[in-house]
Amino acid sequence: METVVYEERVTCLAAEADRDTLWLDLDDLERASGWALRPEGVCRDGVCVPLADGGRHDLLRAVDGRFDLAGFARLLGQPVVRDPQASAWGFGPVPTTAPRGGAPLVAPDFSLPDLHGRQHALSGYRGRKVLIVSWASW
Amino acid sequence: LTLITIATDGGGVAAVEEWIRAAEPTHPSLVDEWHEIPRLYGMVNVPNAVWIDEQGLIVRPSETAGSIDTVRTLDRVTLARPPEANAAAEAARAAYLNAVRAWVREGRHALPADEAVRRVRTPDPQAAAHFRLGEALHRLGQAAAAERQFAAAVALEPDNWNYRRDALARMNSVPGETTQLSAQGASAAAFWDAVDALGDRHFYPPVRIDDPDEVIPRRGDGSA
Repeated sequence: METVVYEERVTCLAAEADRDTLWLDLDDLERASGWALRPEGVCRDGVCVPLADGGRHDLLRAVDGRFDLAGFARLLGQPVVRDPQASAWGFGPVPTTAPRGGAPLVAPDFSLPDLHGRQHALSGYRGRKVLIVSWASW
Repeated sequence: LTLITIATDGGGVAAVEEWIRAAEPTHPSLVDEWHEIPRLYGMVNVPNAVWIDEQGLIVRPSETAGSIDTVRTLDRVTLARPPEANAAAEAARAAYLNAVRAWVREGRHALPADEAVRRVRTPDPQAAAHFRLGEALHRLGQAAAAERQFAAAVALEPDNWNYRRDALARMNSVPGETTQLSAQGASAAAFWDAVDALGDRHFYPPVRIDDPDEVIPRRGDGSA
């Protein structure tokens, strides 16, 4: 079994792994990462990455229909880390387009719970100045 | 002004609940168990602060929020600060709070967009992935693997004290018990070793308020 930490998701699944590849069946691909194979490519949240061109079809293995999530992450420019002893993989966020130089810095939105489990989104405070201060128990 | 405090603490609600209840906050006091905010905003220690204006733009990216390097002077058993360090620490805190007040009232100290962009610290994505994997493995009960991943994150981004401090607390805490440094035993020793290894570098890089003359400590009660 491999432990796959993909952005915020943590999944334990049967996979075939070596140093650079992590072959998942397509159900596990979607469960672990949210990406699904469609006729137009590998898709998630309305974004599709075509596989037909540029040799990307190497990511899909004809013999058993498995998909290489590690190779796909390299294609997307995602950070990938691995702990072979623990059979564990970590995939960081899919990179988004960086803001242009000199463009104003839009504060990334987030939503986090308070002690009572109530969610607070930053966007809910638009129109007021907001001071965010971090702390920790340690 | 809306103040939002965020506990960037891998111990989650269990580790921070007691502190929040004691503070009885009237502002949103949120819990960020997975360190989403440090990742999004480039925070590397606590306390760090970010100023966001009415349009939702960052006008001061993540920076030290009124702290100075008195960590070097603390008693390593009781964590008490020697009296001679108190005045400087209080002055730094007051100066920072006055800068916040000047921003709220008069818009001072908000940085131009290009300078705000220049000061943004982008976390090392590889280090963040190691740390995130470590957090997940720790929750799955794989302590040794978690420790390897935390160490990899620290090695890639050694001045990210959030990684060091949270990892030390995770590796040496008992669920339901305090994660304060004073109770961390061996991990506390590792923390002090890292502080000693800083040499001339800062634990809390000083805040650069551009026109220090604008920050005039107010007399009186010091209320916000």
